[in-house]
Amino acid sequence: MSEPTMRVRFSVNGAAREVTVEARKTLADVIREDLGLTGTHVGCEHGVCGACTVLVDGDPVRSCLMLGVQAGGSDIVTVEGVAGDGVMHPVQQAFWDSHSFQCGFCTPGFVITAYALLRDKPELTEADVRAELSGNLCRCTGYQSIVNGVLAAAERLQDAGKE
Amino acid sequence: MKPPPFEYHAPESLDEAVALLAAHGDECRPLAGGQSLVPLLNFRLARPAHLVDLNWADGFPGIEAGPSGLSIGAMVRQRRAERSPEVQAGCPLLVDALSLIGHPAIRNRGTVGGSIAHADPAAELPAVALALDAELVARGPQGERTVGAGDFFVGHYSTALQPDECLVRVDLPPWPPGAGWSIQETARRHGDFAIAAAAAVVELDGAGTVARARVALAGVADRPVRATAAEEVLAGAVAGPEAIGAAAEQAAVGIDPPSDLHGSAAYRRHVVQVLVRRALESAAHRAEVPA
Repeated sequence: MSEPTMRVRFSVNGAAREVTVEARKTLADVIREDLGLTGTHVGCEHGVCGACTVLVDGDPVRSCLMLGVQAGGSDIVTVEGVAGDGVMHPVQQAFWDSHSFQCGFCTPGFVITAYALLRDKPELTEADVRAELSGNLCRCTGYQSIVNGVLAAAERLQDAGKE
Repeated sequence: MKPPPFEYHAPESLDEAVALLAAHGDECRPLAGGQSLVPLLNFRLARPAHLVDLNWADGFPGIEAGPSGLSIGAMVRQRRAERSPEVQAGCPLLVDALSLIGHPAIRNRGTVGGSIAHADPAAELPAVALALDAELVARGPQGERTVGAGDFFVGHYSTALQPDECLVRVDLPPWPPGAGWSIQETARRHGDFAIAAAAAVVELDGAGTVARARVALAGVADRPVRATAAEEVLAGAVAGPEAIGAAAEQAAVGIDPPSDLHGSAAYRRHVVQVLVRRALESAAHRAEVPA
């Protein structure tokens, strides 16, 4: 007997999408398997590592701790939705320039979290960055280069705002 | 897929949610923010046949501040409560406690009521509810009833809630004018559950001595506990190093903490003494003599 499925409609990176999934499927798995957006990485699958962080109605959340069916009607932004038309978002460019990643596994979660942080708080301190990013684990960089990347992005966004 | 199969229910009202809980009893789990329950599902440590998702249900209150105190709807997200001016003004201890829960992305989904109803003995909000004599309002098929925090937590992940009841809101008494507060915890990493935590509220009288002190502990028993012996040491005393030191000592004597891979009972007892001392020092420092 096959498991019952549910139809779920939501906006993903600005486009209306519809999937038919089992109720128990996490949003992370729906994003990767049903939407084909494999930029969202699945690490610990119990809410500790932050690699699967996406925006749901603007808020960074763990997509492994939400069911896909719970996101019905929501506006979802994954790492694929951060860049403009072929141009990296300032957060992404600053991560690139600051060597804010090595293996890259945690990067999507950091980019999404930093993106939301800079949107909500354009003027920030290193302490703000560390507090907000505390829920994302990186096993390569030692974090300093990630913090540098977010601070560099903040500076560039501020400068861009002044022009 | 990680979680085991379950039947998913998305009630549109609180009444409908309660009816579903009543219909499915022990086979059923209510899903609030999911930041504790979904990991348990992913590990398959919880295998409910039915999941009642409260996130679609109308009927849960929001945050209300009034003369009778602060009322917080069970489904209010922790992040929203943390940033709420009403909560910041009406219960600063809760704001500090919320900042210790997980990380911002966790608090964006996690709810105030979910954390209390989950009743992890090491969690911050149950200890705060106990310290503040919160009243927990539950709705069941027969209507609403109120349970004091002292009677609400009955064991590991176990509360006075019946399987057909849903926590609706948390009522906190008015914040005592001038009261000082603090919550201190030791955890392996920031955002982890506490190895031990101590929440304290200190009220002074006109003479500057302690009118009332409240201390609640997490991580030291199968539920949050009040350190009544420590509270009694402080009542009527000058909140200086001597009384605070004696109170902290009493708090450590009065517990029988568990041993696990995060710490032995002796270590927890030591940590509790240090945390209670720090919490009382900070609370006393913040407390103001009433005008």
